[in-house]
Amino acid sequence: MKILVCCGNGLGSSFMLEMNVNKVLKELNLKAEVEHSDLASAKAIKADIYIATKDLANQMISLDGYVIILNSIINLNEIKEKLIDAFKKLDIDF
Amino acid sequence: MLKFLLDILSVPSILVGLVAMIGLIIQKKSKSEVIKGSLKTIMGFIVLGGGAGIVVSSLSDFSSMFQQAFGLKGIVPNNEAIVALALKTYGIQTALIMTFGMIVNIIIARFTKLKYIFLTGHHTLYMACLITAILISGGIKGIALIILGSIILGFVMAIFPAIAHPTMKKIIGQDEVAFGHFGTIGYVFSAWIGKIVGKNSRSTEELELPQGLSFLRDTSVAIGLTMTILYLIVAFTAGKNFVEKNLSGGQNFIVYSTIQAITFAGGVYIILSGVRLILAEIVPAFKGIALSIVPDAKPALDCPVVYPYAPNAVLIGFLSSFLGGIIGMFILITLKAPVILPGLVPHFFCGATAGVFGNATGGRKGAFWGALAHGLLITFLPVMLLPVLGDLGFANTTFGDADFGVVGIILGNIIRLFIH
Repeated sequence: MKILVCCGNGLGSSFMLEMNVNKVLKELNLKAEVEHSDLASAKAIKADIYIATKDLANQMISLDGYVIILNSIINLNEIKEKLIDAFKKLDIDF
Repeated sequence: MLKFLLDILSVPSILVGLVAMIGLIIQKKSKSEVIKGSLKTIMGFIVLGGGAGIVVSSLSDFSSMFQQAFGLKGIVPNNEAIVALALKTYGIQTALIMTFGMIVNIIIARFTKLKYIFLTGHHTLYMACLITAILISGGIKGIALIILGSIILGFVMAIFPAIAHPTMKKIIGQDEVAFGHFGTIGYVFSAWIGKIVGKNSRSTEELELPQGLSFLRDTSVAIGLTMTILYLIVAFTAGKNFVEKNLSGGQNFIVYSTIQAITFAGGVYIILSGVRLILAEIVPAFKGIALSIVPDAKPALDCPVVYPYAPNAVLIGFLSSFLGGIIGMFILITLKAPVILPGLVPHFFCGATAGVFGNATGGRKGAFWGALAHGLLITFLPVMLLPVLGDLGFANTTFGDADFGVVGIILGNIIRLFIH
C-alpha cells in the first residue's frame, strides 16, 4: 500500500501533508508507505492513492490511481474521512 | 584521531547526516531507519552539489549572451540555484547555523510570546545559507559566526510568522496554524496595499475564472518554459553569429538555447530532489521535538497552505505579480542597473500568495494591486541585496523571495556600519 502526496515544488506543503497523513494512519492503526513529491515526478511514481489540495485538482487527473483532493492540508478530520472512503473503494480492510 | 574527527566534521554532507542521525536516535527509531535516514541525508547533499554544477554551466552562457545583447548584467532570481552554489563554499557553516537556529527557534517559542515553530525546512536551509553568506562577507568568522548566525536565524524563524499572523488568521479562519514562508514582507505589503485600495471590493472568489494556467504550478514546467522564452529572446538579440561562434561550437543557436534553458530546469529539478532528501529526516525530527517541548506552539507552514482558501486570488496574484516583474525589469534597464529577470517560480508561488493576502484585506482590487506591488518589490530587493552578498553577488543568479532580500539588506548594512 503506497500513498503519494503531491504539491508544486514537492518540498513544503506536500511534506506537511505527508506528516498529517501519517498521523491519521496511525490513529486508524493502518500501515502504508507515504511519500511526497512534486507534480512532474508524480507521474513516474507508482502509488495506490495520490493526494493533493483542490487548487491542483486538474493536475491530478492524469495519474493512474485513486486520487484524493483535499480542501485543506491542516484539517485532519477531512483527511481521515477521505482516506477511509478511499480504503473502502479500493477494498482494503481496516 | 583529532585530525580524523575534524575531517569528518568539515565535510558538510557528513555533518548534516550526523544531525539527521541524532534526530533519529532522539526519536528512538529502529536501527535500520537510523541507517537509512542518515545515508539518504548525506546523499541529498551530494545530489544538490551535482545540480549546482549543471545550473552554473547553463547560467554562465545565458549571462554572456545577455551581456552581448543588452550590455548589462542579467540575473535570474532562483533560490535553489544560488543556495546550491553557495553551499559549495559555505556548506559547513550553513549546516551548523541551520541546526542551532532551529534550536533557538524552539527556545524562543518556549520562553516568549512568539509561539511559532517554522516548519518550512527548505526555507530554513536557504535562510541559514543567506545569513552565513552575509556574515562571512562582513568579516565574521569562527564560533562568533555560528553563534550570531544561529540567533539571527532563530529570531527570523519566529518573527516572520508573527508578522504574517493577523492576515493569516483572517484567511484560514483559525488561530492554531501559522504561516511560514520567507516572502512574508511581500505578502504583508500586499495586504497593506489591499487595505488601502480595496474598500468594498468584492472577493476574487465570487469570480468565475478559467484554471487553465494551473499547469504552471509544476515547478519544472514553469522553469523550463520561462527559461526557454528568456533564452530565445536573449539569443535572438545577441545574434546568431555571436552564439554559434562563441558558445555553441557551431550548433544552431535556437537549438542550443532551447537545450541550455531546459538544462537549467533540469539542474533545478536535481537540486530540489537533493533538498528533499536532506530534509526528509530533519523536518519531522524538528517538528516532533519542538511540539513536545512547546505544546502550545503554532506550526508555521509553507505558502500553498493558503491556496485552497482562494484559488482565484492565486491566479490573479501570479499574473499581476509577473506583470510587476516585467515593469520592474524595464525600469532597471532604463536605470542601467543589474537586470533582475522575472522568474515564473517566485512570481507564481510568492505572487500567488501575495494575491491571497491582498484579497483577504481588499478583495479583487487588493489581490491585483497588492500582487503587482509585490512583483515590483521582489524585482528591486535583489538589486539592493547583491552588494552585501560578497562573492555570491557576482553569481548570475540570486535569492528571489522578499524576506531574503529584506533580511540580507538589513543585516549586511548593519554589519558594514559596525565593522567598516
